[in-house]
Amino acid sequence: MDINKTVDATGMLCPMPILRTVQAVKEMKFGEVLEITATDPGIKPDIKNWCEMMGHELIDIQDKDGRIIVHLKKLK
Amino acid sequence: MDKATIIVFSGDMDRVMAAFNIAVGAASSGMEVTMLFTFWGLNVLRKDRTGSRAGGMMQKMLTWMNRGGTENLPMSRFNMSGMGTWMMKKLMKRYSMPSVKELYTTAKQLGVKMIACTITMGVMGIGKEDLVDDIDEFAGVITYIKDARESKINLFI
Repeated sequence: MDINKTVDATGMLCPMPILRTVQAVKEMKFGEVLEITATDPGIKPDIKNWCEMMGHELIDIQDKDGRIIVHLKKLK
Repeated sequence: MDKATIIVFSGDMDRVMAAFNIAVGAASSGMEVTMLFTFWGLNVLRKDRTGSRAGGMMQKMLTWMNRGGTENLPMSRFNMSGMGTWMMKKLMKRYSMPSVKELYTTAKQLGVKMIACTITMGVMGIGKEDLVDDIDEFAGVITYIKDARESKINLFI
């Protein structure tokens, strides 16, 4: 999977990770993939619901060394 | 576009933070957000520690006791003459939580519309010059109702 953009939201609490995501997605083209790294577990349900609302594709959510890695594809 | 409207009646730091979190969240989810600041909520929009310049003696006393500015809002509980609020701000910083001031700036950048309630401004003797410069509208309840009647989320905080 090609990653076109990354967001480091480690240490950030709600709603900052989503806010950073919004800003990043704005700068991306359709079909591009964003990788978000976060530590707040709230990102898991939040990013899922956000993608549903905004019409983006949530590719996966992984736990890696105490961090949460999210991949999503911009569709709209 | 779906709308969200929030009345900020309280000037308590914690309540105001909740209001801004919801506003920022809604704007991040593609909603058009309006916040109406009334009564103690007007303190959020006031310049730091300004008293009433326009009002009479009672209004000057009121605005002197009721300090404004995003940095000067007390907590709804355990304010303890500012000690509790000071500690909470320390904790928020440690956990990299944004302050009310930062949340306000973020909300503005996301296009959240800020309305100052002119009725409260009149009663409290707060003039436009006592408020921050980037307020979108000075209006009353009807302007709010116009937005609120079409909105999907409507909160009174």
